[in-house]
Amino acid sequence: MTEAAPAPSKAGESGRSLSDQLREIEFDPRMIGMVAALAAIWLGFNWLSDGAFLSSRNLWNLLVQTSSIAVMACGMVLVIVTRNIDLSVGSMLGFVGMVVGLIQVRLLPELWGFEHPLTWLVSLLAAIALGSAIGLFQGALIAWLAIPSFIVTLGGLLVWRGAAWWVTQGQTIAPMDSRFRPLGGGVEGAIGTTASWVIGLAICALICVAMVFARRRRVRFRFSLRPLWAEIVMAVLACGVVIATVMIANSYALPVGIARRVTEAKGLPWPPGGLFIGHGLAVPVLIALAVGVAITFLTTRLRFGRYVFAIGGNPEAAQLSGVNTRKVVMLVYGLMGALVGISACIATARLDAATNSAGALDELYVIAAAVIGGTSLAGGVGTIAGAMLGALVMQSLQSGMVLIGVDTPLQNIVVGFVLVVAVWLDGLYRKRLG
Amino acid sequence: MDMTTPLVEMRDISIAFGGIKAVDAVSVDLKAGEVVGLLGHNGAGKSTLIKILSGAYQADSGEIRVGGELVSIGSPRDAKRHGIETIYQTLALADNVDAAANIFLGRELLTPWHTLDDSTMEAETRKVMGRLNPHFRRFKEPVKALSGGQRQSVAIARAIYFNARVLIMDEPTAALGPAETKQVAELILELKRQGIGIFLISHDLHDVFDLADRVSVMKNGRVVGTARTSDVTQDEVLGMIISGKCPTGAVPGPGALRD
Ligand SMILES: Nc1ncnc2c1ncn2[C@@H]1O[C@H](COP(=O)(O)OP(=O)(O)OP(=O)(O)O)[C@@H](O)[C@H]1O
Ligand SMILES: [Mg+2]
Repeated sequence: MTEAAPAPSKAGESGRSLSDQLREIEFDPRMIGMVAALAAIWLGFNWLSDGAFLSSRNLWNLLVQTSSIAVMACGMVLVIVTRNIDLSVGSMLGFVGMVVGLIQVRLLPELWGFEHPLTWLVSLLAAIALGSAIGLFQGALIAWLAIPSFIVTLGGLLVWRGAAWWVTQGQTIAPMDSRFRPLGGGVEGAIGTTASWVIGLAICALICVAMVFARRRRVRFRFSLRPLWAEIVMAVLACGVVIATVMIANSYALPVGIARRVTEAKGLPWPPGGLFIGHGLAVPVLIALAVGVAITFLTTRLRFGRYVFAIGGNPEAAQLSGVNTRKVVMLVYGLMGALVGISACIATARLDAATNSAGALDELYVIAAAVIGGTSLAGGVGTIAGAMLGALVMQSLQSGMVLIGVDTPLQNIVVGFVLVVAVWLDGLYRKRLG
Repeated sequence: MDMTTPLVEMRDISIAFGGIKAVDAVSVDLKAGEVVGLLGHNGAGKSTLIKILSGAYQADSGEIRVGGELVSIGSPRDAKRHGIETIYQTLALADNVDAAANIFLGRELLTPWHTLDDSTMEAETRKVMGRLNPHFRRFKEPVKALSGGQRQSVAIARAIYFNARVLIMDEPTAALGPAETKQVAELILELKRQGIGIFLISHDLHDVFDLADRVSVMKNGRVVGTARTSDVTQDEVLGMIISGKCPTGAVPGPGALRD
């Protein structure tokens, strides 16, 4: 492949700044900064917690706790890129969660009894449909009636929180269907070690294939290529992260009682010395990853994503180019709503209960994740991977502080402080590198 | 004057913003292979007039004919469907995406799987930009990182790429250097030879006299007069722009100074 590379640009020439060289090989310096910040947070908390933070148990839970926010952050990136905001996602999550609880604990059992094999699927689809409908409705108000999104979704924040209470007059609904609970993680939501390896290796294979194809296409059009070593480093790093994640998830052992039940269910004897059975990857984490990949594909490979970014860069130009900007904005809110529906299922399943306060303050964490992840509130700039990493940074701070016993008020102070500082640093960075 | 049906005919077009009549009963026309210069002081209504033709604004009254047929242009998409392409004075570029994304915005090339065919779009962009600005190299960067002239080249490339029948150029060379301006002048003559009709808005009388077959002069939203460039002098046209006085070589419009 390399021999076909025409007139490769001379990377690494002296007299060029490091960031120029990084750009040449298409390493995003902002992303590297985020990973470095995450590493610092992890190592810091690990030191403060005497090694508890980097235990497989804590990391496994950290990823599970991040999923719900990470899923919504993907949608929030698109919303913010179009120069809008959505303050209603937390309340929507509460409302959709209550409706999901009602459906699977009260409505469906009347129809086909408890623990029907399709209950979980109907619940999930209903959540996505309801979320999309709410999102499209809010999006229509914003796009067609030209009411500022801040106001529409501020209204939504109040309306849907109130609506969540009305569903059952404030009563909590529990427990959830046993096939629905895996969506939230927990022991039932761990897919096991073998399946984790299969999925992990499949992801690695996909990463490599995608890279080879992208490179072939550039060779075919005789475009400049990044050096092969950079390509290989990227592939190795990406696959390394995937494999490390699988190994960590697999090394988190199931509790003895459950391990024994699992073993005996397979008809195997329980050895006197016990048996090590790993959790493996958690369902909500896989959902978040799938959502991240799907939305990344949408934003970078499909027309719709191109329009979203063009609208953020210059709404008037997009319209003059023939883009139906109102429709695109409305669909962005519809998509945001669908993702809230998914997150509502994750959150409800994780709690094994639907409560009307679920998702309180989530809008702020979701917006913070997107912004820490490099989404510009001025619009037009943002990446899905950045926002998901942002969600992980936020959750790491939160979980780390819980682990070392910082009490809640101080946690909020720290998170608020970090958000402001992160955005300030990002602004400085942007100014210097344009 | 030749007797073929005009490519574009705008009749009695009016539009008001609030109380201000930005365009007031304006009639202009354009034939195939013709360059018509639109002149006038700042705020005369030139950009507003052509934005009605390009679908950015809807006229309050008046009619538009394309190839002799009455059409209604309700959106930029309608205008493009009739082969009307526009280079806006403000360029109308999305700053955060690259040249190819801007050129193909709204008309992206897709692969058989309906994904964006970025490679082909970039290759086509290299071709069309090569005609306008052979030194242009920054294909990968958001257009925000480009110079004013490079941005203008991108806007021009977008208008000429899609085989327009009618080209509207609102001050297309305002930000260009002498070499690039010359390139655009040559491009205009070449497009003219291909039978494309061009509305050219410019404040540079020299350029307009070099390129245009006719000029229409606007003042305070109304047409002062229309003339063949061979029938009037630059000084007479300057007089039309500044005082609204219509010389003998020109056909007076509703905005002409009466004495
Ligand atoms: N969207 C708008 N809203 C309100 N008034 C407008 C709008 N667009 C144009 N106008 C007004 O219409 C008039 C004509 O403006 P236009 O932009 O057409 O002038 P122009 O001839 O293109 O001037 P220039 O040579 O400076 O580009 C001006 O008085 C302007 O203030
Ligand atoms: Mg103008």
